[in-house]
Amino acid sequence: MSDDQDDIILADLDDEELVQQMFDDLYDGLKEEIEESVNILLARGWQPYDILTEALVAGMTIVGKDFRDGILFVPEVLLAANAMKGGMAILKPLLVETGAPKQGKMVIGTVKGDIHDIGKNLVGMMMEGAGFEVIDLGINNAVDSYLDALEAEKPDILGMSALLTTTMPYMKVVIDTLIEKGMRDDYIVLVGGAPLNEEFGRAIGADAYCRDAAVAVETAKTYVARKHNQAAMRA
Amino acid sequence: MTDALSRLLETRDWLMADGATGTNLFNMGLTSGDAPEMWNEEHPDRILALYKSAVDAGSDIFLTNSFGGNASRLKLHGAEKRARELSRISAELGRQIADKAGRTVVVAGSVGPTGEIFAPMGTLTHADAVEIFHEQAEGLKEGGADVLWLETISAPEEYRAAAEAFALAGMPWCGTMSFDTAGRTMMGVTSAAMVDMVESLPNPPIGFGANCGTGASDLLRTVLGFAAQGTERPIIAKGNAGIPKYHDGHIHYDGTPELMAEYAVLARDAGATIIGGCCGTMPVHLEHMKRALETRPRGPRPTLDQITELLGGFSSAGDGTGDDTAAPRRSRRGARRGE
Repeated sequence: MSDDQDDIILADLDDEELVQQMFDDLYDGLKEEIEESVNILLARGWQPYDILTEALVAGMTIVGKDFRDGILFVPEVLLAANAMKGGMAILKPLLVETGAPKQGKMVIGTVKGDIHDIGKNLVGMMMEGAGFEVIDLGINNAVDSYLDALEAEKPDILGMSALLTTTMPYMKVVIDTLIEKGMRDDYIVLVGGAPLNEEFGRAIGADAYCRDAAVAVETAKTYVARKHNQAAMRA
Repeated sequence: MTDALSRLLETRDWLMADGATGTNLFNMGLTSGDAPEMWNEEHPDRILALYKSAVDAGSDIFLTNSFGGNASRLKLHGAEKRARELSRISAELGRQIADKAGRTVVVAGSVGPTGEIFAPMGTLTHADAVEIFHEQAEGLKEGGADVLWLETISAPEEYRAAAEAFALAGMPWCGTMSFDTAGRTMMGVTSAAMVDMVESLPNPPIGFGANCGTGASDLLRTVLGFAAQGTERPIIAKGNAGIPKYHDGHIHYDGTPELMAEYAVLARDAGATIIGGCCGTMPVHLEHMKRALETRPRGPRPTLDQITELLGGFSSAGDGTGDDTAAPRRSRRGARRGE
């Protein structure tokens, strides 16, 4: 930073300026500053849920957009997600206490035969960064492993990842099994991985193909909102 | 004594490397999820056949079946203690083929990424990475590899760690990165930044470049980016045979042998000295590439428009070099405290 700018005292900023500053600090991956700002807003009487959505999630949305557009890359996104995690650690117990609505829950794993996990891990981190609860099944998951997790965790979203052209067809095996068991419509199914494309996602019966972690988050938000709306209409 | 690759480069102004390892092994019956390196021991005949197919198609260099043969990757198969041994065997098999070729063929000991993210964001420390790469390097050296060949790297930290390990093993080497994200590596490295990094190493590679990534057009744009830095170091181009497409339950790469021949000639015109393929590149592609490189004259450096016309469009508008360097980062509101 150049010397001609004044140092910022976070506690001296008004609410609106502080939230703007948090967007910057998330963007720059400054964990301690984010933690301090979260505590300041809590002390000012903000609801934990409002801090989560209006400051942290909104800030991560900016990070996600610039990642999608090739302005930010993985190292910066990991730093931002880490800063977000710092803030979340403070908010998490308070969110439970106050019974705040959840963003949604996702079960994610790399499919059977595939041992690659960097892409899946990135999606997991970005989803957590966006306020979702993420259950990570790791690599090399057979149909049963997905089914067990779906029954145990009751997530909104099932995410599957594959990096190999030889393993991506297994996603269809999982989806076909869900259809067979009459469970397909209970979940939003998102798929991703380097060799996939939209055409493939449609061909195997997924709800959507997500090109990268940022797109995964945006898609998850859209589909979860739609699901909630449908549930509200039925109620 | 100099290595076989350096000797070849003294007399030739282009060399052809090999094609895909994974795609070819899957065609021979490898099941996805299994470690290809196990085949060095279980099916040496198939690995020999793979190497021979590249030599028969005219490759001057082929890579050993040891891409995932480091302790970090083998750990996923419970074979982390076998990194050195499996790597050694991959090179020994390579020697068998290269020594009977009747011409100089370089056995390049393939070293792929660890698959881990470096600390502080991930768990991998520099010291651990050097140790992992060093162990594999010693195995490849024992097996008789002429050079070590680092490939598909995304993080500059990992490239540097491997270079350090190769120095410990006292081995000459080449190293390529994979530029698959808006013209940069996943970790944001541009072609220009890679040239700077390579030249800053205490033991720079014999050749450096790009492999895998997204299609032939993108790879050539990256080669042009290397060349624009005015480097004298041989540039390596190992692009995929097109883009994978899904048809009735199976996958095939859409790059035809004719397209790969076009790609090879353009790669040479763009400034590459060592030209090969990556995923999807079969012996028939290599044969077409070799014939084109031997029979077609060198041309001027291709423009981006010419590349698009001949091979198809790019995956992103820019690649972070030239006019595209000033990415519109958010302007900060002020300084942080304590800085």
